[in-house]
Amino acid sequence: MREYTDRALDTAQSGGATYADIRIVRRENQDIGVKNGIVQTLTLDEDFGFGVRVIANGAWGFASSNRLTIDEIDRVAARAVEIAMASARVKEADVNLGPPEVHVDTYRTPFEIDPFEVSLEEKIEVLLTADKEARAVSGVAIAQGTMGFLRETKTFASSEGSFIEQTIVESGLGITVRAIAEGEVQQRSYPNSFGRHQGTAGYEFIRAWDLPGHARQTAEEAVALLSAPQCPSATTTLILDGPQLALQVHESCGHPIELDRVFGTEAAFAGTSFLTPEKYGTYRYGSEVVNLVSDAITPTGLGTYGYDDEGVPGQKTDIVREGVFVGYLTSRESASQLRTIHPDAPERSNGTMRADGWNRVPIIRMNNVSLMPGDWSLDDLIADTDDGVYMLTNKSWSIDDRRLNFQFGTELAYEVKSGKLGRMLKNATYTGITPEFWGNCDAVCNADHWNVWGTANCGKGQPGQRAHTGHGTAPARFRNVQIGVMKA
Amino acid sequence: MLGEARLRTIVEAVLGAATADQTEVLVTTQDQALTRFAMNTIHQNVAETDVNVRVRSILGKRIGVATGNDITDAALTELVRNAETAAGFQQENPEFRSLPEPNPIQPVNAYVESTAACSPETRAEGVGSIVRQAKANGLEASGAFSTSANELFVGNSLGVRAYHAGTTANVMTVVMGETGSGYGSEAAQDVAGLDPTEVGRIAVEKAVRSADPVKIEPGEYTVILEESAVANMVFFLGYLGLGALSVQEKRSFMNDRFGEAITGDAITIRDNGLDPRGFPLPFDFEGVPRQQVSLIENGIARSVVYDSFTAGREEGKASTGHALAAPNALGPIPIHLAMSPGSASIDEMIASTERGIWVTRFHYTNPVHPVKTIFTGMTRDGTFLIENGKVTKPLKNLRFTQSILGAFENVEALGREAKPVQAGFGNIVTFAPAAKIRGFRFTGTTDF
Repeated sequence: MREYTDRALDTAQSGGATYADIRIVRRENQDIGVKNGIVQTLTLDEDFGFGVRVIANGAWGFASSNRLTIDEIDRVAARAVEIAMASARVKEADVNLGPPEVHVDTYRTPFEIDPFEVSLEEKIEVLLTADKEARAVSGVAIAQGTMGFLRETKTFASSEGSFIEQTIVESGLGITVRAIAEGEVQQRSYPNSFGRHQGTAGYEFIRAWDLPGHARQTAEEAVALLSAPQCPSATTTLILDGPQLALQVHESCGHPIELDRVFGTEAAFAGTSFLTPEKYGTYRYGSEVVNLVSDAITPTGLGTYGYDDEGVPGQKTDIVREGVFVGYLTSRESASQLRTIHPDAPERSNGTMRADGWNRVPIIRMNNVSLMPGDWSLDDLIADTDDGVYMLTNKSWSIDDRRLNFQFGTELAYEVKSGKLGRMLKNATYTGITPEFWGNCDAVCNADHWNVWGTANCGKGQPGQRAHTGHGTAPARFRNVQIGVMKA
Repeated sequence: MLGEARLRTIVEAVLGAATADQTEVLVTTQDQALTRFAMNTIHQNVAETDVNVRVRSILGKRIGVATGNDITDAALTELVRNAETAAGFQQENPEFRSLPEPNPIQPVNAYVESTAACSPETRAEGVGSIVRQAKANGLEASGAFSTSANELFVGNSLGVRAYHAGTTANVMTVVMGETGSGYGSEAAQDVAGLDPTEVGRIAVEKAVRSADPVKIEPGEYTVILEESAVANMVFFLGYLGLGALSVQEKRSFMNDRFGEAITGDAITIRDNGLDPRGFPLPFDFEGVPRQQVSLIENGIARSVVYDSFTAGREEGKASTGHALAAPNALGPIPIHLAMSPGSASIDEMIASTERGIWVTRFHYTNPVHPVKTIFTGMTRDGTFLIENGKVTKPLKNLRFTQSILGAFENVEALGREAKPVQAGFGNIVTFAPAAKIRGFRFTGTTDF
C-alpha cells in the first residue's frame, strides 16, 4: 500500500497541496434477512476504493475513485488539488488543522469468533428458529429477522507522516414482529428496533443476544398491543428503557455536540445546534445526575475504533459532567476554531472524524456518546414512581434543526401506578425541549442495566453519509414530560 | 461514465460466467461532484467515480445476491460465484415465479453533456452568486451545488437488455441571519437550467423577512404549504402505502379502500418514470418498462405499483415497472411521483386566509402511525402568520403531528404549478404544488 499512498501524497504536494491524506478502504458486508419462514435476503457485498483529501490555497478538496492504479492515483490526487483551488475562490479564511498528528500504528477490533468464518447455514438456522418461535404465537402477521456482518480494512496515510492500518469488524442481529388488525399495525423488536442491534464484535455477539430465546415474548407483546388502550395525553413522569434512551441521547445530545454543526457546516441540511460556543464549559444541559461522554474505546460499542479518519486516536472525553456542558465532538480544524473563542479548549481533536467509505470526506460523527450509569436498580426506580409511564424501544423520532424540540414514539409502554407496572399502552409518544427534559432527569439506573446500543443508520452530510454510532445507556426517569401527542 | 458498450460487455461477461437457472445483472455507474458551502465559505468540495455490479442468481426458487465494484474479468467471475453460492444456501421461496421477460422500452433522453462536464469552477461561480447576496444583506449562506452523470444497465438470462444514462444538477441554500432564515432550491437535468442567483435571491428575501419571529400557541390552523412541504407529504404516501407489498401485507392505508374517496377530490397523484421534466428512468431495476400509474385520482384510491415478485402473487397482475434493486425488503415503491396542480397562486391563497400559517418547508419528518398516515416534523426556514389576508409577522418554528390523508381531505386550494422537489431517497424528484389546507394540527413550538 505504501507505493500507492506515497504516490498520492507526492502528486498532491507537487501539485500545490500544503496538506494531503489518502484513505484506501475495502468493505465486505454479509446481510441475511428472513421473513415469515423464508430467507428473503442473502447478500454478499464488497466495495473498494480510495479517496484523497487535500488543502491547497488554504481550502479543501477531495476526489475519489474505485480503481486503485498509479495512473488513477495521479488523476485523482491532481483533481483533488484542482477542486481545492476552486474552493479557495469562495473562502473567508485559510483552513487551520492545528498541531500535526503523526501516528504509525495498526488497530484491529478485538473479537473471539470471526463472523466471516461462521457458516451461512448456522446463521440462517438461528434466524429461522427465531422466526418459527415468533410465528408460533397466534395473531402474528409478519416476522422478520436479520443478521449483518461487516469487515472494513482501511489504510490512512498523511503528508504529516502518519501511516495507520485498521480492521473494524461488526456483527448485528434483530427480529421485528408485526401484528395487524383493521387500521392498526403494532410491532415489537428485539434487541432493538430498525432492523438490528449491532456492535464491533465477532459472532460471539450474536450468540450472546440469543434471538430464538427472545422471539416468543417479542411476538406476544406485538399481538397484545393490538388490544391495548391508546397512550393517554398527560404531563407525567416518564421512564425510558435503554434502547429508547439511546436514541434520545443520539438526537438530543450526540448531534448538538458535533462542533461542525455548531459552526454551521451542516446548516443547510441537518441543521445547527443550540449548544453554541458561548455555552461551552458553563451551560447547564441537564440535572446533576446527567453525565455524558464521547467514547471510542469501550469494547463492542458500534462507535469503537483505533483512529478516526483523519488519523487521530480514538479516546474517551467528557461531554456533560454533573449536568454541565463541558465538551464537543471535534475535528482537527474545528478544535482549532474553538480555541480562537476558548483558548483553554483542548489543542487537539478528540478524534471523531469519520467517513462513510472511501468515496466520502470525513465529517464529525458520534462514536459512542453515552449516558453514564447512576445508582438505581430498575425495580427500585419503578417502585419509587407513584404515577407515570414506562416506554420501551423506539418507533418514531423527530427533532428540530437546532436539536431542541423533539418528539419520539415507542413500540411499547406500560402505565406505572403506585410503584408497579400497570396496563400495556399502544402508540405511546412523548415530546419536550432538550435542556428542560434533561434538567428533569432525576434518576439513572446502575451499571447492571447499562449497555452500549448500536445505531447503524445515522444520516448526515451531503452527499449523504451513514455512520455507525453507539450509545451506552441504562433506564432513566424524567419528571413533567408531555406524553400522548398523537390523536387517536 | 463507462458508456453503453462497456456496460454491455460487463453484463455479457457476468451472464456468460453464470451457471444458475436464471441470472440478472444490474450495473450502475456514477460520476458525482458536489460543492458544499457554509458561513459564506466553500468548506467541502468532492468528486466521486464509482461503478457497482449487482448479480442476482436463481437456482430453482432459491435466490442469492452479490455486489461489488471491481469490474475486472476475474472479479466479475468471482461475483457470479458469490451470488450462486449465496443462492445455494437459500431455502426455496415458493412465491418466486421468474425474472422478467424482455419488453420494449421507450428510451428517454435524460443526459446533458454540459452537466456531466460541469467544472468545480462553474459550481464555485454559482455558489459565489448566492454568497455575495447573503453578504450584501449581512447574512450567512450555506448549501450545496451538485452535479452527477449516472448510467444503469440491466440484463438477464431471459434476454432483458436495458440501458439508460442521465444527468442531474441541484442547487440549494439556506441563508441565515441572527434570528431568521430562508430557503431556495432548484433541480434540473441541465446545469445550465439552474439559476443559483434566483435561488439565492429567494432565500435571502425569506431570511430578511423571517427575522425576529414570535411564538404562537400550537393548535389547528389553516396552512399554506409551499411545494417542498407538500412534496414531502406525497413522498411519505408513496413510501408508506402506494406499493403492492404494503397492500399485500395489509399495512397500507389503501387496504379495503380501492374505489373509495380517501382524500378531497382536488388530489390526484400519479407516478410517471418517463416524465422528461424530472429525472426520468424508463425502466426499473429488473429492466421492466415503467408504466404511468394513477394512484389517487380526484381523491379516489385507484392503484398501487408492482414489481415482478408482487405481481406474481396476484392473479392477472403484471409488473408496472417499479422494482427496486434486489434484494428488496421494501417491495415496489413509486419514485417518480407527481401531484397534479390546481389554479391558485400563493399570493391568492394568502389573500383568502383570515388567519393561518405560511410554511416554507418541513424538517425531519417521520411517520408516527403509518396506517393512519400520521407523521410529525418541524417547520423551518420561514414560517409566517397570516391575518386578514396579509402576512403580518414571522413565527418561531412549530411541530406538527398530522395525518397526511387528513390534510389532503382538507385542501382548499392547490398552486397552479407543480414544481420539482428533491424529496426522499437520493436523486428523486417529486412534483408538487403549493397547497392551502384547513385544520392542520400543530402540537408544539420551539425556541427559534
